[in-house]
Amino acid sequence: MKAAVHLSFSSALQRHVPCPPLAVEAATVREALEGAFAREPRLRGYLLDDQGALRKHMAVFVNGAAIRDRRGLADPVEAGSEIAVIQALSGG
Amino acid sequence: MSDELLVATRKGLFSVKPGRASAWELESAGFLGSNVSLVLRDPRDQSRYAALNHGHFGVKLHRSDDAGSSWQEVATPAFPQGEPASVRTPAGETIAPVVSLIWALEAGGADQPGRIWCGTIPGGLFKSDNRGESWELVRALWDHPGRLEWFGGGADLPGIHSILVDPRDSRKLTVGVSCGGVWISPDGGASWACRANGMRAAYMPPERAMDPGIQDPHRVVQCRAQPETLWAQHHNGIFRTDNGGESWREITEVQPSAFGFAVAVHPREPDTAWFVPGVSDEHRLPPDGRVIVTRTRDGGRSFQLLDRGLPSRHAYDLTFRHALDLDPSGERLAFGTTTGSLWISTDQGDSWETVSEHLPPVYAVRWC
Repeated sequence: MKAAVHLSFSSALQRHVPCPPLAVEAATVREALEGAFAREPRLRGYLLDDQGALRKHMAVFVNGAAIRDRRGLADPVEAGSEIAVIQALSGG
Repeated sequence: MSDELLVATRKGLFSVKPGRASAWELESAGFLGSNVSLVLRDPRDQSRYAALNHGHFGVKLHRSDDAGSSWQEVATPAFPQGEPASVRTPAGETIAPVVSLIWALEAGGADQPGRIWCGTIPGGLFKSDNRGESWELVRALWDHPGRLEWFGGGADLPGIHSILVDPRDSRKLTVGVSCGGVWISPDGGASWACRANGMRAAYMPPERAMDPGIQDPHRVVQCRAQPETLWAQHHNGIFRTDNGGESWREITEVQPSAFGFAVAVHPREPDTAWFVPGVSDEHRLPPDGRVIVTRTRDGGRSFQLLDRGLPSRHAYDLTFRHALDLDPSGERLAFGTTTGSLWISTDQGDSWETVSEHLPPVYAVRWC
């Protein structure tokens, strides 16, 4: 059952590709991300790898909890869910 | 003679041109703060390509059609979604391929406008016929049973770092793989064979040392005027072939060291080549703290040590495989290092001018 959810993205990502917060209709994390990709197709390659899995050093939280299915992105979302796409801290 | 050098570094792309105040002047050429792993200037249409490695956000490719004034992101080579797991990790797992680094970028032949070749880690060869707007995996190499034998060298996974397009016949391709030898296609990538007979891998058990498919050529280059001559700076030696890879000959008694990553060959003189030696794979430092370039003019029988203008003590600069380049005239050389030094020679290496000692780590240099 799709519901209205909110998506927000790490500020570090804004440097490379525009991705303001947005509201989409989704039942899973993947559906929510697909909603974002529909608006900005370039975003897909920044978040997902060649095989469609969440990139190794990226993280997605739903209402503060890290998602479990990093490959399938099947974690459910519900009305009002806050989905945060952030980067793991690393690099130099 | 080339008048501009592009420098890809850990923290951006730089450009070096002849200056007024000094011989060479450096300026930022884009992507400041971003990891630029490789740069290509296409001699056919003067477009430029910059490969970025954003880490968290993956690798990306950008193109400039106005000599670097502006850049646009183009498609990134990617393995097909759903591709079966066939890449072995050092931990013994087999995983599905995901491009983690653009490690080779070359223009196709003069008769192939728009064609760009790209090599990646893991060992994918990709082809674009529209200047990077879309990419296609070269299946014949990826699906070759020999590809499954490749393994990582310095990187965890194997990769393609050298792509050579024969200037006489652009269907004839040569690629260098760490670790996986040298592979040649006579037909534009439709079929492939490993051509590393004669290479020797000191790091393997003796019974596998001469196995062509496990060799680690760090970099392979081709003489434009005599494309049958290829030079390879290999993990444990320098090798040369004069028959297009059918057989390779080890250059022995190389001084001061046979270890290194980079090699350049003169465009018209197949016996003339340059190297930036380091001390052994265990240390990876300049010999005795001296930065040295070596040059042979007699096909590897003898080497001259070129160090005029280079630091002679307490220098710990290492030059990676794409960080030495010779301009198409064969006169100008440049090399950059992991500690951010950049030197240029206008006399084939006899003397060197310091352009900078404070750059980010240098991954690649390319004369325009």
